[in-house]
Amino acid sequence: MATETTHVEDATHVAEASSGLPQLDFSTWSSQIFWLIISFSLLYIVLWKLILPRIGTGINDRADRIADDLDAASGMQKESEQASDAYDRVMANAKAKAHNIAETTRKSVDADIAAEIEAAEAKFAVKQSAAEDRIGKIRNEALSKIDVVAQETTLAILEKFGNIKPTAASVKSAISNVKS
Amino acid sequence: MAADPMHQFEIKPIIEGPQLGPFDTTFTNSSLWMFVAVFGIIILFGLATSRKLIPGRLQSFGEICYEFIMDMIKDTTGPEAVKYFPLVFALFFFILFANLLGMNPWAFTTTSHLAVTAALSFFVVGLVFIMGIAKNGLKFFKIFAPSGLPFIMYFLIVPIEIISFIARPVALSVRLFANMMAGHVMLKVFAIFIAFLVGSGGIFAGAAIVPIIGTTAIVALEFLVAALQAFVFAILTCVYLNDVYHVDH
Repeated sequence: MATETTHVEDATHVAEASSGLPQLDFSTWSSQIFWLIISFSLLYIVLWKLILPRIGTGINDRADRIADDLDAASGMQKESEQASDAYDRVMANAKAKAHNIAETTRKSVDADIAAEIEAAEAKFAVKQSAAEDRIGKIRNEALSKIDVVAQETTLAILEKFGNIKPTAASVKSAISNVKS
Repeated sequence: MAADPMHQFEIKPIIEGPQLGPFDTTFTNSSLWMFVAVFGIIILFGLATSRKLIPGRLQSFGEICYEFIMDMIKDTTGPEAVKYFPLVFALFFFILFANLLGMNPWAFTTTSHLAVTAALSFFVVGLVFIMGIAKNGLKFFKIFAPSGLPFIMYFLIVPIEIISFIARPVALSVRLFANMMAGHVMLKVFAIFIAFLVGSGGIFAGAAIVPIIGTTAIVALEFLVAALQAFVFAILTCVYLNDVYHVDH
């Protein structure tokens, strides 16, 4: 058993180790606790003073950087929103202006067209009335000449077919009877 | 003799040291593996402190461990206990490394010794007691007498609370040491059984497959136990530290 651990030089170690669990060999406790205090203190101090603050600042720096970047991003977003608002406003103004210009242009063009149409109509009306006057005159002339034509025709017909030679006055009165 | 399952727990001196006050300063295999654990942790986390904006693998690992312990303290004890963060971090990783290093076949498991686990446990509970009194004065003793009970109940509750407080370091140390020792003894016994069966030859050599499977399963279980016991020790430290800050629990 444990008595064979001949390299254990301390005689008390051997004697007590052979008596049961090595864990209950209290002669080794003070050495274990002594080195535990030293090694654990070393670990604690190195972690506390050197390593953990560095890991912590690494994490905090990143969190700060992310927060800053998010802030910057939201600022930029706001700026871009403002720019887009300004663009919309300018665009709306330009549209309104363009609409106005189109409207006024259309109105003036409409007015020009209406004036020209009026002028043309007036000219046309003058020409029409002149033409109507002329037509009326020609018709009156024609109507006045119709009596003469009718008398001469009647006379000619009567001479040819009835061998009658009526006077021009009687024919004229007969025709005016028919006409009325 | 290697066939003794208790042989692995033997403390062997490496350098004889003088008696220093109450302490024997002999440097033993136990001391050696304590320092292996300590330097292992320092090297691992020292390499994890590159503080790059985009962390590498090791830095990510370090930050995950940092936040794991930080969350444990903040959730269990409260944000005011952050000053104990380095202590809980050191305790967790010291025990974890000691347990995991002990899984190497030629290594010594420092946490399988009651001296080590008892020293750590009494240190934690003593720290809670001292810090509790330093912070709350005599009001700290209210942890033994929860308020809002019928008067007669205090005759029952106060002794129970005092006993449970005294049992804390005992339970804490025995839990860790017994878990580590039991696992290692079991592994050793199974391994000796394999050697015995193979040595017998014939049909017995074939039957050695059964303890081989068992040993493999126990090795996996022991890795789980190694991590779990470190976690249990750290979280119970946080639970006990809770008493420093919340006397009325």
